[in-house]
Amino acid sequence: MSWLALPRWSPYGVGAGIGVLVLISFILSNRPIGCSTAYVRASGLGEILLWGERVENNEYYKKFVPKIGWEVVLLVGVVLGALISSGLSGTLAVEKVPGLWRAEFGSSFLLRAVAAILGGFFVGFGARMAGGCTSGHGISGTLQLAASSWLALFCFFIGGFGAAYLLYAVVGGI
Amino acid sequence: MLDRFREKRSLRLVTALVVGLLFGFLLQKGGATDYGVLVNQLLLRDFTVLKIIFSAIVVGSLGIHLLVRGGLVDPSIKPFKPKPIIIGGLIFGAGFALLGYCPGTLAGAIGAGSIHALLGAVGMVTGSSAFANLYPRIKGSIEEGNRGRLTIPEVLKVDVGLALLIVDLLLIIMLILIEISSL
Repeated sequence: MSWLALPRWSPYGVGAGIGVLVLISFILSNRPIGCSTAYVRASGLGEILLWGERVENNEYYKKFVPKIGWEVVLLVGVVLGALISSGLSGTLAVEKVPGLWRAEFGSSFLLRAVAAILGGFFVGFGARMAGGCTSGHGISGTLQLAASSWLALFCFFIGGFGAAYLLYAVVGGI
Repeated sequence: MLDRFREKRSLRLVTALVVGLLFGFLLQKGGATDYGVLVNQLLLRDFTVLKIIFSAIVVGSLGIHLLVRGGLVDPSIKPFKPKPIIIGGLIFGAGFALLGYCPGTLAGAIGAGSIHALLGAVGMVTGSSAFANLYPRIKGSIEEGNRGRLTIPEVLKVDVGLALLIVDLLLIIMLILIEISSL
């Protein structure tokens, strides 16, 4: 079982495995794998805690009812799966500022934290507007040949390429 | 039998947990929960992420085609709304570069010990909440131009089998080109 302790597997093997996993998800639950919906379920639950039940009258939360269901449990599974995987390969480690970021922007945790929160805000907002993320649109949708998902995947990466270039080559280059 | 399995709440949640566990495990083993791997993909220095996505599409597209044809699963096609998909997709991409993770790999990174990913999750929940609260006001422009559950074979006006062949061949060619350029 030493392969379970390997730090990295072939990206082709991993990709094929994820493809099969989407099929398993469809067979057993009749639904695609998607990760961004869990965050809006969580945001609804958080808002109910803060502002009370009236949050449920929001039109968007009527479509995505705040609850701990399939999507949230799936996302908890993702956290645990990566925990087990990194634990088995001995790469589990607290990371406050990643190396690539540090090389360009220094070791300030505050700066990295602000970027992560702001970036996360855009990811959350953008995923809701686009109707999915890299897994829901980018893998589960594209493999069903959905036109919406191919357009989304293209825009995710065009936006990502542009912003990463701005961040690392223009801002970081100064 | 499959329907009874799918409808039982406890079994559904166990399935979600197991699928999630395997997904997180695979993402971590593939390097996709690593900030450096993800950002280097966006900087076009490391193509691990696209290799994973393209291989998943090739394998999954063939399988789902057979499952749908066999009547075992129902397709789940998101509606084609060009305007919000393009604007939302570009916002998502910009956030992806700044955060260094997308929603799934973010969860995996948290499991593998990334503290800044945990803060990114706080940002994501806040961004989702902002959209939910803005939705009633922008609903009109988001829903207009909804072209429904459009698929590639419908756009190209070709048979599903042919569309599948074209898409998968193009993806395999791109993977070979990436490999030849030793990226």
